[in-house]
Amino acid sequence: MTPGLLTVVTFLPAAGALALLLVPRRAEAALRGAGLGVALATLALSLPLWVGFDPASPEYQFVQYAPWMPSIGIGYHVGIDGISLLLVLLTTFLTPVALASAWRAIEDRTKEFVVVMLLLETGMLGVFVSLDLFLFYVFWEAMLIPMYLVIGVWGGARRIYAAVKFVLYTMVGSVLMLVAILALYFQHGAATGVHTFDLPTLARWVMEPGPSQTLMFLAFALAFAIKVPLFPFHTWLPDAHVEAPTAGSVILAGVLLKMGTYGFLRFCLPLFPHASLAFGPVVFALAAIGIVYGAWVSTVQPDLKKLVAYSSVSHLGFVMLGIFTLTAQGLMGGVIQMVNHGLSTGALFLLVGMIYERRHTRLIADFGGLWGVVPAFSAVLLLVTLSSLGLPGLNGFVGEFLVLVGAFQVSGVLAAVATSGIVFAAVYLLWMYQRVAFGPVTREENRRLADLSPREWAVIAPVVALIVWIGVFPAPFLRPTEATVQALILQVQSKADVTAGRVDPAAPRLARP
Amino acid sequence: MSPVAAPPVALGALLPVLIVLAAALAVLLLDLLPARRGKGHLAVVALAGVVGALLASVTAWGGAGRAFRDMVVLDNYALFVHVVVAYAAALVLLVSVDYLRREGAESGEYYALVLLSASGMLLLTSANDLIVVFLAIELMSLSLYVLSGLFKRRHQAGEASMKYFLLGVFASVFLLYGIALVYGATGSTNFDRIAAAAATRPDDPLLVLGLALLMVGFGFKIASVPFHMWAPDVYEGAPTSITAFIATGSKAAVFAALMRLLVAGLRGFQADASALLWGLAAVTMTLGNVVAIAQSNVKRMLAYSSIAHVGYMLMGLVVGGPTGAAAVLFYLLAYTFTTAGTFAVVALCERAGVEAVEVRDYAGLARRHPALALALSLFLLSLVGIPPLAGFVAKFYLFGAAVRAGYVGLAVVAVLNSAIAAYYYLRVIVAMYMQEPDGAPARLTPSFAGGLALVIALVGIVLLGVMPAPFADLAQAAVAPLLR
Repeated sequence: MTPGLLTVVTFLPAAGALALLLVPRRAEAALRGAGLGVALATLALSLPLWVGFDPASPEYQFVQYAPWMPSIGIGYHVGIDGISLLLVLLTTFLTPVALASAWRAIEDRTKEFVVVMLLLETGMLGVFVSLDLFLFYVFWEAMLIPMYLVIGVWGGARRIYAAVKFVLYTMVGSVLMLVAILALYFQHGAATGVHTFDLPTLARWVMEPGPSQTLMFLAFALAFAIKVPLFPFHTWLPDAHVEAPTAGSVILAGVLLKMGTYGFLRFCLPLFPHASLAFGPVVFALAAIGIVYGAWVSTVQPDLKKLVAYSSVSHLGFVMLGIFTLTAQGLMGGVIQMVNHGLSTGALFLLVGMIYERRHTRLIADFGGLWGVVPAFSAVLLLVTLSSLGLPGLNGFVGEFLVLVGAFQVSGVLAAVATSGIVFAAVYLLWMYQRVAFGPVTREENRRLADLSPREWAVIAPVVALIVWIGVFPAPFLRPTEATVQALILQVQSKADVTAGRVDPAAPRLARP
Repeated sequence: MSPVAAPPVALGALLPVLIVLAAALAVLLLDLLPARRGKGHLAVVALAGVVGALLASVTAWGGAGRAFRDMVVLDNYALFVHVVVAYAAALVLLVSVDYLRREGAESGEYYALVLLSASGMLLLTSANDLIVVFLAIELMSLSLYVLSGLFKRRHQAGEASMKYFLLGVFASVFLLYGIALVYGATGSTNFDRIAAAAATRPDDPLLVLGLALLMVGFGFKIASVPFHMWAPDVYEGAPTSITAFIATGSKAAVFAALMRLLVAGLRGFQADASALLWGLAAVTMTLGNVVAIAQSNVKRMLAYSSIAHVGYMLMGLVVGGPTGAAAVLFYLLAYTFTTAGTFAVVALCERAGVEAVEVRDYAGLARRHPALALALSLFLLSLVGIPPLAGFVAKFYLFGAAVRAGYVGLAVVAVLNSAIAAYYYLRVIVAMYMQEPDGAPARLTPSFAGGLALVIALVGIVLLGVMPAPFADLAQAAVAPLLR
């Protein structure tokens, strides 16, 4: 294992962005090509992470450490485990896809767009690889600004409103997390004598349950819940998604939302196990509401993009549900569902973007009968739609099934409510598909639509391939997460047991009765 | 008959102040010579003086000089703030060169007054006696009163100057009255002896009243709520370069003096007053940020934002002790880099005769001048506190100090304020990047000196953001002599 590899993967996009600043802005094609080249190089460099990852080990791998501000215990500490491995790969995979999708769509200020997207990639990768709370927070906040610019500069008519709303929502959550990080730092320092922001060190410490743990958990949880978004913190999402350009929506849905769920996994559960367990029922309730509410609201959306946006609320509810079951199946399902949602919803946004480029409308009512006009587009849309609603044989099924298995072990009612979400998903997605693709062609403009171009095939085909691959043979994606997830459950349970006086590390329970 | 012992005169402790004063006099003299073209050479002389003071301060690091019967102290603490002030003055001078030329207000007195004001600030940071504090504040302020009314053709200039003068004098009177009462209670104006006397009789009403009046005087000068009313009008009416100086140099110097008095000397009083300071800090930052939202004029907005930043810095006084003081010092450094840079861009965007200081005047700046827009964006993001820029690390240290001392509530108020602040700072970025200008795009003529100022400030905020540890260590070392 090469320890520096993770750093190279993380900072290559930013370095590329800085280099692109030197390219004259007139050379738009060169800028696009170079940007895509950097993103593809990052993808290529990230593949050895997957190959070299030891799935049997729950430890952080590809770890690199360097002191940064040693006097206050801040270090440059990066590493990945099975969970972050998948999210890193998802990021390096979706960024070139998003850049390629914007080849025609972004014509204004191409240079800035490419630079900002590459900076965004470094920010996202940094969030997933950081093993130091300070470093994590730096990436977490720094990544806001590129996304803000993507929405605000290249977005739709109400882009400024959406961009500002996005930033303010996220800021309010994350600044409270900063206070909690500081409080954790000083409490850990007071209790152990070691002042550090190092995540593995902090995670080994068993914090006494009590009000301070609860408050810290709530501060972290608020930041992550807004990002997920967990109902009722989701109201920024439809605006941001609808106004963002296609590439922005793909990244937003594909990667950014995962930072919230990842935050729960990486920080809330190991650092605040008691509070996490205590608030489990609340999270279940909110996740279940989100699943059903998101699905219902999606059903009545007249706008394709808004429909997909609200479906994210529903899908991310599944992820949250899986995580907080604290069962091996639920957690693995949650993790793989993060990847699935990134692929399926990313693909849906790509397809909506492609049809929007042709017709400059996203209203479902403006379409109908597309199957006869653009068969290839309609077939891909069908496949992606089916993947999103969890058809067996495609990726969505694997994740949702595992989550439901986990949920059933916690509560039958919960599993039943969540399952109803799948039914509703079938309703809104299939109904949408029926109105768009089947029936007679209702608008004259739709008769002359061009089918997928080779460039669009190149953009969508890799995503579709992964959708099928994960659906048919998920093992390569599930295997790296298994040991990590087992270790996480063990950690949370044993911490909870230590303070409860029921110390029996020899018999870790993997599932709660 | 014993010979009269002449008091030892140790001018070494005043070396940075003297260098700047000498430069001021040199500028005045040179201005009398007939110049072939412009006043650029005066700016060079002024800059040389400031850089000289900067170098003298840096080389004096580590030594501790006292002079004039302990009235003036040149310790690391003073030297740290010396560097901040000299840095602010240097940026102001760099920005002034073509700003004044464009506004047609080039004059020798301008540079002399900036230097005189800077020498007052430098003296203030090493003041260890209330009389010296008063003298230094007056030296600093009188120059600034004149400078803020420099643009005689603008009606806001007269208002700014008059308002600043009247309220400033008012504040000085409070200060003087406080000094008199403290002298009456303790029999001394020396910080050390006041502290010693206060330690024996902490509840002496005369002392407490005197200190309260002193706080009012200082509050005016740093523009903390409820003594902040002058700031928006003065910031708006003064030449932008001078606004930058008021916002950075004078604030840093007065804050430094306040901390020397409060955190180092009157530790008991600081602890007693911390509840009051808590409220002051919370109200100052909240009012500053909330009112800033309603501003459409960038200079007024920055005035309220600087009020908010004073609120953050007051947190350091609430905390007190070495951590609080060091956090404030670092904050002053970061804030000065960032704010001076922000005003530098604002000054560059003002064109001859056209005051382009409304937020909408920045619409489309990113298209016309991408580098300038990028620079302003980075400064504003640093003010918001977005990593990895100086403003974030400064807030991190300050909020960390508050949390460590148990003031979690205040830290929560402060971080929520940062989120509020994001709204109005981002509005300028929205205008620059996401909106198109109403009329024809205006061409700005970039200049070497202005560009140099921007580059220095940018390097500063990035360096402080990415590699803060050495500077934080310096701040720690700077407060060490205060708190032995």
